Amino acid sequence: MATESVEEPNRRDFIVIAAQAFAGVGAAVALWPFIQQMNPDASTQALASIEVDLSPVKDGQAITVSWRGKPVFVRNRTAQEVQAAKDVKLADLVDRSARNDALPENTPATDPNRTKKGKENWIVLVGICTHLGCIPKGQSLNDSRGDYGGWFCPCHGSHYDTAGRIRRGPAPRNLEVPTYEFVSDSKIKIG
Amino acid sequence: MTGRFALRPGLTSVGILLGALAAMLAGPARAAEEAHPEIHRQHWSFGGVLGHFDDAQLQRGFKVYTEVCSRCHGVRRLAFRNLAQPGGPSFPEAAVKSLAATYEVDAEPNEEGKILKRPATLADHIPPPYRNDQEARFALNGALPPDLSLIVRARAAEENTPFYRVPDRMVRDVLAAYQEGGADYVYGYLTGYKDPPAGTKLADFMNYNVTFPGHQTAMPNPFLGGDGMVKYDDNTPATVDNYARDVTAFLAWAADPRLEERKHTGVLVVAYIVLTALLLGLAKRRIWREVH
Amino acid sequence: MAGHESTYQPKSRFERWLDERLPIARMMHAQFVDFPTPRNINYLWTTGGMLAFFLGVQILTGIVLAMHYLPSANDAFTSVEAIRRDVNYGWLIRNLHAVGASMFFLAVYIHIGRGLYYGSYKAPREVLWILGVVILLLMMATAFMGYSLPWGQMSFWAVTVITNLFSSIDSIVPGLGTRIVQWLWGGFAVSGTTLTRFFSLHYVLPFAIVGVVILHIWALHTVGQNNPTGLEIKTKSDSVPMSPHAVMKDMFGLAVFMVLFTWFVFFLPDYLGHADNYIEANPLSTPPHIVPEWYFLPYYAILRAIPNKLLGVIAMFSSIILLCFVPWLDTSRVRSTKYRPLYKWFFWLFIITVIALGYLGSKPPEGLYVFWARIFTAYYFIHLLLVLPIVGVIETPSPLPRSISEAVLGTSGGHVTVGAPSAPEKR
Repeated sequence: MATESVEEPNRRDFIVIAAQAFAGVGAAVALWPFIQQMNPDASTQALASIEVDLSPVKDGQAITVSWRGKPVFVRNRTAQEVQAAKDVKLADLVDRSARNDALPENTPATDPNRTKKGKENWIVLVGICTHLGCIPKGQSLNDSRGDYGGWFCPCHGSHYDTAGRIRRGPAPRNLEVPTYEFVSDSKIKIG
Repeated sequence: MTGRFALRPGLTSVGILLGALAAMLAGPARAAEEAHPEIHRQHWSFGGVLGHFDDAQLQRGFKVYTEVCSRCHGVRRLAFRNLAQPGGPSFPEAAVKSLAATYEVDAEPNEEGKILKRPATLADHIPPPYRNDQEARFALNGALPPDLSLIVRARAAEENTPFYRVPDRMVRDVLAAYQEGGADYVYGYLTGYKDPPAGTKLADFMNYNVTFPGHQTAMPNPFLGGDGMVKYDDNTPATVDNYARDVTAFLAWAADPRLEERKHTGVLVVAYIVLTALLLGLAKRRIWREVH
Repeated sequence: MAGHESTYQPKSRFERWLDERLPIARMMHAQFVDFPTPRNINYLWTTGGMLAFFLGVQILTGIVLAMHYLPSANDAFTSVEAIRRDVNYGWLIRNLHAVGASMFFLAVYIHIGRGLYYGSYKAPREVLWILGVVILLLMMATAFMGYSLPWGQMSFWAVTVITNLFSSIDSIVPGLGTRIVQWLWGGFAVSGTTLTRFFSLHYVLPFAIVGVVILHIWALHTVGQNNPTGLEIKTKSDSVPMSPHAVMKDMFGLAVFMVLFTWFVFFLPDYLGHADNYIEANPLSTPPHIVPEWYFLPYYAILRAIPNKLLGVIAMFSSIILLCFVPWLDTSRVRSTKYRPLYKWFFWLFIITVIALGYLGSKPPEGLYVFWARIFTAYYFIHLLLVLPIVGVIETPSPLPRSISEAVLGTSGGHVTVGAPSAPEKR
């Protein structure tokens, strides 16, 4: 019989440790699908980007599209609206950051930094007021556009200018410019 | 074995069982039910433990579906994007996008509340040929062509196995991982249109099919155009038999688009668990060594 | 066994602090580490651990599925398809849950068969056994409601058939059966209302199962496990500590069972199901053959074997309720069938009966199938009501070994090598 004190089998036996290690690793790996299943599924990811045809949107008109569950304002600005946006001095702005997802955090909120080069008449903004989340007015012809000709949030009176920047009211930040690009002259892909 | 009753109950029990067997075999071996139509098992690339889809076959099958079947049958649980994803026909995404754009789907209500049409995108599901069951029945003399997204999973190759062969059949099917009964049925159905035997009375608008239970089906032979009715872009012979195989494979994918991922992961997981079981068995024996 | 000396030694200050306030570590040590387990229990005893594992698997996969499933008549089937196609690893979690239910029942039937063969229901384990029957009934209710959730043809029609059974009460109290059935349905036919309430109950019952399982394990640890000889643990050499011996054996048994489980999950996920359940439920079209899942087939066969509707229902429920009375129906002085040469044959006939009833339950109730279903149904009840009491009395059992150790080692536990603090045998 064994001469060592055999109160319990030697638990540090390699085979026992190996077996338990395999079982443990297997159990840990098996957990991964349960975590991953909570991430957005394939049908949601299919709508992560959308394409918007701009040809029906004439000079001065605007459309609202739904992207990732959020409203996105697309306005074809008139030349005067573009000029008004460019004329604003940075020092007069409440929020001086461009809030453009394609640009770094502290880029100045000039009009070129909120539009695409060569397509300055087009402005694309996430239509959610940065105060408490209402959808600002200004897309329809009959809507009030606020004192700066852009958008006006009726909930608490935030005024945005023609580049979607907050000028007066409780909202702290400019309307967000989502990631988008022109896939053709008349079509953009958002997201 | 001690005990007075050692031998007698043994014989009695065995006797009862043999008698039961004899009675079941001697009398009408099957109950009053009609025997199932015979369905021959086919070879499918996606069958068995190492099953996988042949992209080219799925693409041909999709072509057969669009040119022959889509007139009546929808595949509304498929989205256009599925046609481009791995594990399936794997069409190039740009091609699928253009294909989708040729279909129209309902847009969101416009400002007046009207629902106009817009071209479909990758995210949309493939629009069916009929808006609803009633429209289909109206157009087809009361017949309702089922949606084909799950048809391969919703059918089985019923077999006429006598009861004493059932355990053997089950063990062999489980070891071979045979789950292609639906595909065998669908292929058998598509190639099962034959002339009815003499004296058969076909009901109005019905067609004779050797595979369909009851043998009379409302669906006419889809391949009446014969060989060549669908032009294949690769070198595969454009025969009716191949049309049936390819469209069945496509529908098998449509019913189970994650099959490849499932079987591939399965091989790894089962191997890992077998290995772990082996190690645990050795560990158990190590721990119990002193006890034995 | 209840009251065996606790050898737990708290090792750190935290452990001592906790032990004075909530001795949970002490309890876990006494019940699952140091617990004396008969040294001769075979692999049939690993089914208990398997069942606890599968209960956990079903709850975990079920909770996750419920994050994506929509319990309404219009959306249920589509949401299951979305899980199969779009949800990350949805296909895997769904297969684990569906196949897991079958594995759960396979393990439970082996577990019950083990109990029947070795007399694990006999005193002092009657309450343990009855709790087990309660768990079986809860499992069956849970599985029945769970099967309705995909809202396929079989889901819908199985619910319609089985809930309609309650209308047989009309032959006792006119009108009452129909009222009960409409109360169950929440309407005049099975509908989305029924589905939604079944979803709620299906989600909650497994937690009732957990509660009864805790009682079941408590009852078990009070009397100790049975073993193939049917003898009690008398000396230390009769037993081994639960950890690591029994635990490692449980883990090995579970790993082997999981090979079967994963084989079905990955390669044959729909084999144990029915093709008709991939057709969306249609209240206006009945499938040609309505069959339940395989684990319900024997009861289905018994139900259909009796030509009278009410008696068929009573027979079906009795077939399970009668199990509660087995500790008293069985008159044998000896626990384990290993030492019961006459009863042994009847036991195997009973097993064949249950399997035969399962096969017959899958067949249409016509011709010879009905004849044999009646024969086997008759034997099922004869076994429980006549064989168990009579054979126990008239049989002469084989001689029992003197102890567990003798049965295993051939001597009365001479040299002791391993176990909780061992002592030389005193005879």
